[in-house]
Amino acid sequence: MSDAKKDSTLGALSVQRRSVLKGTAGILAAGMFPAIHAQEKIVLRYLGTAVNQDKEIADKFKADTGIEIQYVAVTTDDVTKRAVTAPNSFDLIDTEYFSLKNIVPTGNLKGIDTKRIKNADKITTLFTKGEVAGKKVGDQGTAPKKTIFLEGEKSKKFSATPTQFMSLIPTVYNADTLGIRPDLIKRPISSWAELLNPEFKGKAAILNIPSIGIMDAAMVVEAMGLYKYPDKGNMTKKEIDLTIKTLIEAKKAGQFRSLWKDFNESVNLMASGEVVIQSMWSPAVTAVRTKGIACTFQPLKEGYRAWASGFGLPATLSGKKLDGAYEFINWFLDGWAGAYLNRQGYYSAVLDTAKAKMEAYEWAYWMEGKPATQDIKSPHGDLLAKKGEVRDGGSYEARMGGIACWNAVMDENAYMVQKWNEFVAA
Amino acid sequence: MSAPTPSLPASGAAPGRTIAAWWQALPLTAVFVLFFLIPLALVLMVSFWDYNQYEMLPDFTFKNYVAVFEGCLSGDDMCVTFKTYLSTFKFCLLVWFLTLVIGFAVSYFLAFHVKSNGVQVVLFVLCTIPFWTSNVIRMIAWVPLLGRNGLVNSMLVGVGAVDQPVEWLLFSNFSVVLAFVHLFTTFMIVPIFNSMMRIDRSLLEAAADSGATAWQTLWNVIVPLCRTGIIIGSIFVITIVMGDFVTIGVMGGQQIASVGKIIQVQTSYLQFPLAAANAVILLALVLMIIWALTRLVDIRKEL
Repeated sequence: MSDAKKDSTLGALSVQRRSVLKGTAGILAAGMFPAIHAQEKIVLRYLGTAVNQDKEIADKFKADTGIEIQYVAVTTDDVTKRAVTAPNSFDLIDTEYFSLKNIVPTGNLKGIDTKRIKNADKITTLFTKGEVAGKKVGDQGTAPKKTIFLEGEKSKKFSATPTQFMSLIPTVYNADTLGIRPDLIKRPISSWAELLNPEFKGKAAILNIPSIGIMDAAMVVEAMGLYKYPDKGNMTKKEIDLTIKTLIEAKKAGQFRSLWKDFNESVNLMASGEVVIQSMWSPAVTAVRTKGIACTFQPLKEGYRAWASGFGLPATLSGKKLDGAYEFINWFLDGWAGAYLNRQGYYSAVLDTAKAKMEAYEWAYWMEGKPATQDIKSPHGDLLAKKGEVRDGGSYEARMGGIACWNAVMDENAYMVQKWNEFVAA
Repeated sequence: MSAPTPSLPASGAAPGRTIAAWWQALPLTAVFVLFFLIPLALVLMVSFWDYNQYEMLPDFTFKNYVAVFEGCLSGDDMCVTFKTYLSTFKFCLLVWFLTLVIGFAVSYFLAFHVKSNGVQVVLFVLCTIPFWTSNVIRMIAWVPLLGRNGLVNSMLVGVGAVDQPVEWLLFSNFSVVLAFVHLFTTFMIVPIFNSMMRIDRSLLEAAADSGATAWQTLWNVIVPLCRTGIIIGSIFVITIVMGDFVTIGVMGGQQIASVGKIIQVQTSYLQFPLAAANAVILLALVLMIIWALTRLVDIRKEL
């Protein structure tokens, strides 16, 4: 009798314990406190290059919406490779417009419904019409207006005229030029031709991403007066031969110190003084400067080589994750991120919203090309420019209006890569 | 008496041919097949495929192999592929020679000059310390040392040995070889040291008693007995250098070609079939080198 009683007590205890365990496990599995147990946690895998993947943007977005951004940082080439070969390995892609020529025909991207994007009609005309302040800019190469619209949501073809579906929603873009060390060069630089000037023998560098590097080389070839390309972004085999030949001759003469492939490499080359002139990205120049080293993003008379990147959605994305991705894109265009990027020297896709989140003096310095009325600081608080300084290249209109060509994928891409390998092997 | 049980010699003739042995071999075989043979077969298959800008097209074509050797038979200049292999072989030979000499000397010191077992172990572990950090970090550490404004150059300029910083220290053939030697000498030390420790010390005494000089002992006794270690170390070093693209890239300022680098560029431009063809050729070459090396020594017997 007493035994039986003991048994039942034990039994009750063990049942109790088991249910408690179960409950705890459930909470643990959800990874959350019971209060928000019901809400499914969204994590977006964001594939892109390290340049655009800022921790503070992800943190701010999570604080605003509860959606987590998980950065997957790879090189420009690898973004395309993953998009083509493993479209299920990400939920949001941040890639460049020129890469679309390789990605869109695979059908791995979904057209973005502009009806779901609040600020879609405020996206700068540079993307939709190829204009800055009503003035046409250069459209050699893969200009965004050529690849931004798709024929439909599931289309593998670009549309020449605006449609409801965009391939990528623009995020950041810029116009690139040469970066120089004014303290080591000690004279004005005004032309792309200076990159191959023997004066800088052993102190010059060029980008080792073939499709971009060859565009810089083409700018130099034109500046040297060797040849005028009908379209630098889509060369014939003969034109590729000529461009690579020029590079090989310079390399054999010892012009290049190094070639660089990623952002940090270019910063290190410049900051250490290994290189005094090289093709460079604007934020890399900013990064050199924040180390207290003089570095100029030098405007040149032949103009700029522009690039633009944007957010795309993989074709397989659906449900909550798709909604989350749209939420992120809308959030991104809403101003906070735009202002953040503008302060790094990039440009944001929707200017009005970014302007609203910037101080008037900041806007005047970054976008209007006016002298700084106060010290200009980076988003991380580093000093970028002192009071009275003017931004390299001047205003948004002066800089983006001076675009000569866009990063591109050529029809003769395979041949170009083969010739580029020849340059590296020379 | 003349006819023992017939089953005994049968099982004795094939030791280990029991079910248990097969089971024991299975995991490794499975891993080998799954992660080596199947991928290799796929690479071989893809190397005969066609491709366009963004996709691979199943096909059977020699196009990729032809493309690899394009211009190699005509042209006045050497073609890219030959040039690349030539530069790769050059690094291979230099690095192999240097790591061998240094590795042999270090092992010799450890094995024959250090008397105490404890010190031997400590020094040997010291040799492996470089492996506690990643390859890339060990490589990048050279940059601030050898750069134009690096430590070595500021010292040279400071002492007055040179007026201008020396340029060939970094982003040159020199820096590539230096980094390789730094990274891979251990691969020589370990097998050579291992071989040396197996040498019967009485052989050395016998050599000395027979009146051999130190050099004669080294050349006629120690080196032949270390052959296995030397060959194994050589295989390690040669296969790594043949396939490397990271070290050559970082230390050579991305300006020096290597076969691995070409394959990497091609895969990043989605030219997988072309890259596969290149990889197959590289693999064939490396296998031939290894085959030739293993002719010099029967590794199975020696181990």
